Amino acid sequence: MKIYADNAATTRMSRTAIEAMLPCLDEICGNPSSLYSEGQRAKEVIETARKEIAQIINADPKEIIFTSGGSEADNQAILSAAAIGQKSGKRHIISSAIEHHAVLHTLNKLEKLGFEITLLPVHENGMIRPDELKEAIREDTCLVTVMFANNEIGTIQPIKEIGEICRARKVLFHTDAVQAVGHLPVDVAEYHIDMLSASAHKFHGAKGVGFLYAKKGIRLSSLIEGGAQERGRRAGTENVAGIAAMAAALKESIANLDRNAARLTAIRNRLIEGLSEIPHSALNGDREKRLPSNVSFCFEGIEGESLLLLLDDKGISASSGSACTSGSLDPSHVLLAIGRVHDVAHGSLRLTPGEDTTDEEVEYIIQAVKDVVQYLRSFSPVWRDLCSGKIKHII
Amino acid sequence: MALYSDKVMDHFRHPRNVGVIEDADGVGEVGNAKCGDIMKMYLKIDDDTITDVKFETFGCGSAIASSSMATELIKGKPVSEAMTLTNKAVAEALDGLPDYKMHCSVLAEEAIRNALEDYYTRHPEKRGENAEASIED
Repeated sequence: MKIYADNAATTRMSRTAIEAMLPCLDEICGNPSSLYSEGQRAKEVIETARKEIAQIINADPKEIIFTSGGSEADNQAILSAAAIGQKSGKRHIISSAIEHHAVLHTLNKLEKLGFEITLLPVHENGMIRPDELKEAIREDTCLVTVMFANNEIGTIQPIKEIGEICRARKVLFHTDAVQAVGHLPVDVAEYHIDMLSASAHKFHGAKGVGFLYAKKGIRLSSLIEGGAQERGRRAGTENVAGIAAMAAALKESIANLDRNAARLTAIRNRLIEGLSEIPHSALNGDREKRLPSNVSFCFEGIEGESLLLLLDDKGISASSGSACTSGSLDPSHVLLAIGRVHDVAHGSLRLTPGEDTTDEEVEYIIQAVKDVVQYLRSFSPVWRDLCSGKIKHII
Repeated sequence: MALYSDKVMDHFRHPRNVGVIEDADGVGEVGNAKCGDIMKMYLKIDDDTITDVKFETFGCGSAIASSSMATELIKGKPVSEAMTLTNKAVAEALDGLPDYKMHCSVLAEEAIRNALEDYYTRHPEKRGENAEASIED
């Protein structure tokens, strides 16, 4: 059996997205910047995609710029807000402890340049508290950047509340919505979002393409110089095929959003129920306010990479926040931020099934995880010490 | 491209000498759960020869494979020879480890060294007999 349960890492392109892409690799071969008709056809493809995407998130087409993906969009949004803030002496940025590294590393860079960064803590369930945001906002705060939904533990932040607070205090609000767009209803006007990052390959589009929404009036700094593409805000010949596929994939995801969410929620709930039967296991993140497809667990006494390799042997593709899977010595900053100690965070598993996962596959996954956890515990000295009472169970 | 060599995967999937020796002559434990790797080695020694060895490991694929390979390399060997086992020998026997996983082979070497030290602590008279081999320490 082959089961792909790592859709938060990337998704398979949908047939519709591939179909939208193909003509752009073939007959629509012009450069969108060229004035002859071949070029203008390519330009039309891009502008149609821009309109469609803008409509879906309730923005104006001029507010959408295409990027190489979510990381670029995050970088550009944050660096642009910093440049705007700097002009009026505002050098304070607020974010959360569980952001993606595309956000955190950009903030580190700004910190070295003299910006002050406040990372809001998340509480046990992985949520930030709007009250703490209110308290953190200062006269010199130029940006609040909080992710829409977390990639590891799936928690969905109170985006509308955050947006309202920022709007009232006249502070720019950016959200990394890479895990949300295509999976949750996203309305930039209703949620008072000033900037938003998205990535196509998270909703069945192609890898290497994404977009940044920036509300009219926000002056974006270009990360890439060298041309007038994207109205001077992102140089380089556009990824025409990727952009066409992104719009097609997003339209399809939105058309099926309710049905997919219902199916994924049922799959997720069954997985959570089944895996909770494993002794000394714990769900990471909020039980209710989480992405329909996200299942994240910690198992005591085992290490995540071994778990992933053995699940792979059983045909299951999954992910972990253990140190060994990240190439560093520390486990995921997200798991540590929600209060998981190192020992427990090393034994984490993230399953993000797709809507086409069958009930039979769900049961197979539950059994496989149970078997592998039990097997790894059978020769784990940590588990032995936990069972003998030499060390205390944490979860 | 695979993360690990076939040899690593073989020892990871089918670890040799897994378990506990209740009446071990030497036990060594290294690493800590905070870092994500713990290895425990149990040795049975008769007449200065390692007659049996078992291990328990909490850790990643290469940690389990390194433990398994290390036990294979010292099983049936004289204590003096086991004392000279290096992490490099463990990694080479596994057809190499990724750079950032080399510490797993270091842990395997240290676990065995600790188990042998435990044996010497219990039998101080044996240390003199194998002094030559432990000079490197």
